[in-house]
Amino acid sequence: MKPNIIKVGFLRGGLEIKQFMRQRESVVFTLLFPVMLLFIFGSVFKGDLAPEVTFTQYFVAGMIASGLVNTGFQQLAIMIPIERDFGTLKRLRGTPVSPISYFIGKAVLVFVAMIVQVGALMGFGAALFGLDLPNTTERWLRFAWLILLGSICSTILGIAFSAIPKNGRGASAVVSPIVIILQFFSGVFFVFSTLPQWMQQFAALFPLKWLTQGMRSVFLPESFATQEVAKSWEIPQIAIVLLIWTVVGTILALKTFKWSDK
Amino acid sequence: MVNELAGVAISVRGLRKTYTSKANGPKNAVAGIDLDVKAGEIFAILGPNGAGKTTTVEILEGYRDRDGGEVKVLGQDPAKLGNNNWSWRNRIGIVLQSTNDSQDLSVSETVNHFANYYSNPRDPEAVIHEVGLADKAKARIQTLSGGQRRRLDVALGIIGNPEILFLDEPTTGFDPEARRAFWDLIRKLRDEGTTILLTTHYLDEAEALADRVAVIVDGKIIEVSTPENLGGRNTAKARISWLENGVKQELESDFPAAEVAKLSSRFGGEVPELTVIRPSLEDIYLKMIGQA
Repeated sequence: MKPNIIKVGFLRGGLEIKQFMRQRESVVFTLLFPVMLLFIFGSVFKGDLAPEVTFTQYFVAGMIASGLVNTGFQQLAIMIPIERDFGTLKRLRGTPVSPISYFIGKAVLVFVAMIVQVGALMGFGAALFGLDLPNTTERWLRFAWLILLGSICSTILGIAFSAIPKNGRGASAVVSPIVIILQFFSGVFFVFSTLPQWMQQFAALFPLKWLTQGMRSVFLPESFATQEVAKSWEIPQIAIVLLIWTVVGTILALKTFKWSDK
Repeated sequence: MVNELAGVAISVRGLRKTYTSKANGPKNAVAGIDLDVKAGEIFAILGPNGAGKTTTVEILEGYRDRDGGEVKVLGQDPAKLGNNNWSWRNRIGIVLQSTNDSQDLSVSETVNHFANYYSNPRDPEAVIHEVGLADKAKARIQTLSGGQRRRLDVALGIIGNPEILFLDEPTTGFDPEARRAFWDLIRKLRDEGTTILLTTHYLDEAEALADRVAVIVDGKIIEVSTPENLGGRNTAKARISWLENGVKQELESDFPAAEVAKLSSRFGGEVPELTVIRPSLEDIYLKMIGQA
């Protein structure tokens, strides 16, 4: 009997997590780095954005959104060319395993790493910087689908992008600048509504701006919706943009995914 | 299917592959190869480095496309698998030249995981035992020696219980003892019914393992034979040499004993510096590949 593609995908996910946890550098970078950033920013910007709303509250929303981009897109667009160099993908291609199972395995890894990262950020933020956690079921649910859809979208775009770097050594130089520019443009480090309009419009083409906005809707008081450029959280638009990028990313990934560099 | 019924696992006709490099222009890596590998045999492709062995095998494995010729592996063209990709890959096993993956996993974790990819896998623990890694089952792959790592590659190649196993230069870098253990393993797989296609640049490996050998030079097969008959070795003339009047004399003969008897009577007993040599397989091979 032919093994189930989705089941094999989750088995790959388990294996990916195991490998991930055994690489100390990747654990430190993915899990501890955001917490360190939070510590630095939280210590520098002690002020409030509004009465009862700390800067940390705003910053954590951006940190979680860009965590999705770092853990999914950035990590995979660098890691997959390295896997090509090491022959991991060539070996897999010689087996009956489906590329879909490989994609699912990566998505499982990204999702689980995100859960741990978010847990660490929220725990640390709440304990040291008075971070207020989401206070309604509706917000928690929105938070959950944002993390899930964000992980999948970010994963598939990372896989699609992994076709561009020629090898593992050059991958970081190609991928990292894109991520850093998007972070600045998308309101991760600055208040989005204070950015120049052209920057806002450019950022609106990409998922990170929408993920950040979605996370603000989870962590900031309802009254802050009016501070947004569109005077609302635009929740349906967020879902639509993420879904479109996921579909486009999947088509691209299936078309361009390379098991080896020929 | 017709081919399989006739006991042919792999059949290749007129295979061609050309690479073009900026520095040297086009190069015929494979320049018209015909091959038939029978089901259940160990078939070796023997040749010097750069002769086109890996290119040929990677075309058969479905890794590379070709520029010309017909290829059938288990009745399928590896370049046109389409929806049959899964069922075809389920029936073949591949041991690549060198890989460096899964460093952070243990032997047992890796072999057990790969078993999930196949419809009818072998028992992972039995396979680990068979390749001689039982006492390394819990060890991380990064701690294995080169030879152990190669045996893990074989374990992953056979875990799916393949009908054909491809081995690309499997024992490069092995010490003599590890090679012999490895050869025993390959023979055992053949005895269990697996068809094995291996490439090697070691003559003694082809001689020890293969039922039939194809010698490949510059992308062409110059002979297909059993190891015993390779290069006409079984019928080659013996070379007799001796010293006469301070000059080395030589002659070749199909009947060396008679020649030696004649010499002996002429010299009235011992013949100075007498030697009788049959060409070794290595002599024949080096002559064949033009490096003698």
